[in-house]
Amino acid sequence: MVLTRRIIPCLDLKDGRVVKGTHFIELRDAGDPVELASRYNEQGADEVVFLDITASKENRGTIIDVIKRAADQLFLPLTVGGGIRSADDIQQILRAGADKVSINTSAVLDPALISTCAEKFGTQCIVVAEDVRRNYDPNPDATQVILPDGTRCWYEVVIYGGSKPTGIDAISWAREAEERGAGEILLTSMETDGTKKGFDIPITAAISDAVGIPVIASGGVGTLEHFYEGFVNGKADACLAASVFHYGEFTVRQVKEYLAERGIPVRL
Amino acid sequence: MKTIVIVDYGLGNLRSVFRGIERCGGVPVISSDIEALRSAEAIILPGVGAFRDGMEQLGEMKDALLDASRSVPVLGICLGMQMMLEWSEEHGMHRGLCLVPGKVRRFPRKPGFKVPHMGWNTLELVQPDNPLLDGFSGGEYVYFVHSYYVETLPEFSLTTTDYISQFSSAICRDNAYGVQFHPEKSGAVGLGILKNFIGLI
Repeated sequence: MVLTRRIIPCLDLKDGRVVKGTHFIELRDAGDPVELASRYNEQGADEVVFLDITASKENRGTIIDVIKRAADQLFLPLTVGGGIRSADDIQQILRAGADKVSINTSAVLDPALISTCAEKFGTQCIVVAEDVRRNYDPNPDATQVILPDGTRCWYEVVIYGGSKPTGIDAISWAREAEERGAGEILLTSMETDGTKKGFDIPITAAISDAVGIPVIASGGVGTLEHFYEGFVNGKADACLAASVFHYGEFTVRQVKEYLAERGIPVRL
Repeated sequence: MKTIVIVDYGLGNLRSVFRGIERCGGVPVISSDIEALRSAEAIILPGVGAFRDGMEQLGEMKDALLDASRSVPVLGICLGMQMMLEWSEEHGMHRGLCLVPGKVRRFPRKPGFKVPHMGWNTLELVQPDNPLLDGFSGGEYVYFVHSYYVETLPEFSLTTTDYISQFSSAICRDNAYGVQFHPEKSGAVGLGILKNFIGLI
């Protein structure tokens, strides 16, 4: 028996309701998050992620209420992300019943936040979410990645929901996050997110090789094969998806059955 | 009324343990009060975070917990289990509660294995007759998140799990029980462990 690969449905939340955007801009409303999470739980989801995409201090109470309701009904791991800026935010979210928090922009702006919070709450509950995109401009300091068509590029960290490039090399940043105490990397490529053409395999594999902590692949799943590719070619420890589950294109169980048939260890 | 005190020493998610106990028919109380520990019918020592901080934050509750463990069942979860051992090598050598012989060690580096050990893995039963494992037949999936593991004698090991090494994923000595996984996050299987623990009262 071995540690199984994880399938993680992600629920994007706005004002306590589930939405899903394409390239993070267009949003469609649908569904109660706890009800949806419960459905995923029944399908065999290994964890659930709640991403509060319009998080602001004013509506913090809304997400706290969702976490509490979810934790009261579901006995599976919950990760919460979006707008987390401080150790106080994290404490509130963990107290409400979440097991892990994911920090993104605030970790890039203040990397010490990772160290402080890993020390305070434990490495295992700090997920560093990293949004990346390809950059073809020459940059001798960045780690070069060779794409399947032979093109060379480097991957740049982008923040504020993908709207602001930072000039930071994605692979170096993943290493730094690990050194500072992140327990996991949640990697979303802006190249593939919302496209349904599959995960961005080159950067997923490069980051998984570069760090010793688990990597969650995110952004771009459209078919069952894409999950398989994420694990085998992308070397991901977990695959995250939102819309394919949200719109019922397939269930978590279908994904797992598909993977099991192809020799990927999953919990069925 | 089976009152189970969930020890609150500051950090982490206690809500899921609380709801899990409720779901299994127990009466959970989250408390850091020494008197509550002394009058508990069972105690759960949860925990996430670092070993030394956990021990420090137990503070005065430590003695009450040790006293209580002579007469009532205590279940350590994750870090709570690790604190039951004698020593941990997490960030230096630190003394634990010494309820179970053995120590807590960091997973060694091994190619292809990420640390933390994070996700769902299976239980292999070493002592299938132990009441904590009532209804278990081996191969059940439970949820783990940890970078350190417990090394103890086989006689104190209830289950093992295979990751980098074959480590003790559940332990027991007299009234002291410990699980490295999170029963409160392991669906119906995890609730089975909590139910069995309540059954010890």
